[in-house]
Amino acid sequence: METMFGIAVDGVAYGMILFIISVGLSVTLGLMRVVNLAHGAFAMVGGYVASYAAQTAGLSYGLALVVAVALTVLATLPLERLLYRRIYGSANELAQVLLTIGLTFVIVAGINYLFGPTLKRIPLPEMLTGTVELGPKAIPTHRAFVIAAGAATLLGLWWLLERTDFGIRLRAAVDDPAMAAALGIRTERLYLATFALGTGLAALGGVLGAELLPLEPYYAIRYIVLFLAVVAVGGAGSIFGSAAAALALGIVDTAGKYLIPNFGEFFFYAALILILFRWPHGFFKGRAA
Amino acid sequence: MTSVAERPDPMSDPVSRHTPPAARRDLGWIGIPLVAAVGLAAYWLLPDDLALLTRIAASALFVLSLDLVLGYGGIATLGQAAMFGTGAYAAGIVAVNWINDPFAMLAAGGIAGGGIALATGALILHARGLTLLMLTIAVGQIVQEVANKARDWTGGSDGLSGIDPAPVLGLFRFDMFGRTSYLFALAVLVAGLLVARRIMRSPFGLACRGVREDPLRISAIGGSPKSYLVALYAVAGVFAGVAGALTAVTSGIVGLDSAGFPWSAEALVMLVLGGTGRLYGAVIGTAAFMGIHHILAASDPFHWMGFIGLFLIGIVLFLPGGIASGLERLGGLLRRKEDRA
Repeated sequence: METMFGIAVDGVAYGMILFIISVGLSVTLGLMRVVNLAHGAFAMVGGYVASYAAQTAGLSYGLALVVAVALTVLATLPLERLLYRRIYGSANELAQVLLTIGLTFVIVAGINYLFGPTLKRIPLPEMLTGTVELGPKAIPTHRAFVIAAGAATLLGLWWLLERTDFGIRLRAAVDDPAMAAALGIRTERLYLATFALGTGLAALGGVLGAELLPLEPYYAIRYIVLFLAVVAVGGAGSIFGSAAAALALGIVDTAGKYLIPNFGEFFFYAALILILFRWPHGFFKGRAA
Repeated sequence: MTSVAERPDPMSDPVSRHTPPAARRDLGWIGIPLVAAVGLAAYWLLPDDLALLTRIAASALFVLSLDLVLGYGGIATLGQAAMFGTGAYAAGIVAVNWINDPFAMLAAGGIAGGGIALATGALILHARGLTLLMLTIAVGQIVQEVANKARDWTGGSDGLSGIDPAPVLGLFRFDMFGRTSYLFALAVLVAGLLVARRIMRSPFGLACRGVREDPLRISAIGGSPKSYLVALYAVAGVFAGVAGALTAVTSGIVGLDSAGFPWSAEALVMLVLGGTGRLYGAVIGTAAFMGIHHILAASDPFHWMGFIGLFLIGIVLFLPGGIASGLERLGGLLRRKEDRA
């Protein structure tokens, strides 16, 4: 029972991190149809900036988080203009894979050059280090914080896409970009904004998840498969699909590590193949975005 | 979603549009003897780098298998190393436990690689786009995980060592300078190129190209796109398996990374550097990639990543057909100048 509870808490926290990072990938894939393998690198950049801001510049955790997200978005916006804009659309899949792999390599090399190959930590404030009493059980505050942040992200995104003007335009452009443009929606700006949203979420996830996905230069390559798996199972462009897929994969992966440590990965990928074999467009693919 | 691996832009490859088919065929014909000649020349000129050259030859065969899948079939995959790793482990296990004749090892690798490609291809090739990419990655990860867990057979994370191949044809021993290894690898590569060229010029190869160009039309004239793709995937799996076995023969060791995701991605990078859909582009790309790697990574592996990353971005933006298309374009320019003169 104790183990089950531990699995549930750790799995949900892990799933929330996966969700925060992957949903950005899912939204850019759903709208711009670009397989962005550099998404993990953006999350890593966010984590490194926060680590630098908190450890070297001495900012508080919250401030470091804001700085990291803002700087990452600012740094990647020119990339949208210069690189990504050329490879939008599903006809360019190979070019997308290559360009974003190349970008990932450059970022990995740059991060290593600037920060060195050692593991970086983002020191948690006092507030997040203890445990929270939840009835008879106690769960680590950081896990609770991550879960709450994930839930807030989910709600915020839902509100943004379903209840705002921006969301309406975005959904229109996902359904039919040409028609949306013809109706006067400025799709280029929309792409830019969506790209910024996706990168910001990646950076947020990179900072929040630094305890679970440790920051080192190969982060960008090591975890991108996980993020892609979430998007593939959740269905591109689907927020609730991403959330459900991320939670399911997070719990399966954590349970695998707790219960059958020797075959965790094996079952993870076997499940992935079976799901994608049966539902090639994603298990949770309902309406887009 | 029909055009997964088509050259993104027809304008990017002006030569293939303007040059008459005969001229292109000439160039393709020269390619294979040229590979053999350059390979032999390298044997005399760079006697100290034979280990590197051997790795280039074996990897080129692997990248060639990816070219069959991607360049001719239009299947975007990030899991080709699954077949390479299976072939390498099959050859290694056969050599350690039963029979260490190098040709038997190659055969074992080819059968294993082709078998796993056939089995997984039938399972996953109905998908497209990101789903297919994920499925190919997942297959690679599962192969790696199985190899990691089956320690008794594969040595797990320590790698499979103690592979001691018998002399080639009972005559040429694998010497410590790697001369036999290199010549053997070069011979297998050239043979592989010849076979691949023959296959791709057969009706089957043409049908596969047809599937890449327009699957709908292929089914309209009575073909089954999926079965062509599965067959092509299996054929390429045989090549990848042989390449893996060749690595096992020449290096005497098989590691877990031979089935890993990074190796698949690297192969893709090499192929695209060289140019897809040309066969000899695979050789050019592999030689360029591993040659530069050898020089740059000696100082710091991260410099190398930065360099290759920039190079990749440059290729995608400015030379979408790869180095081979650059050469062809250069050849086209020269020819036009001659015509004018």
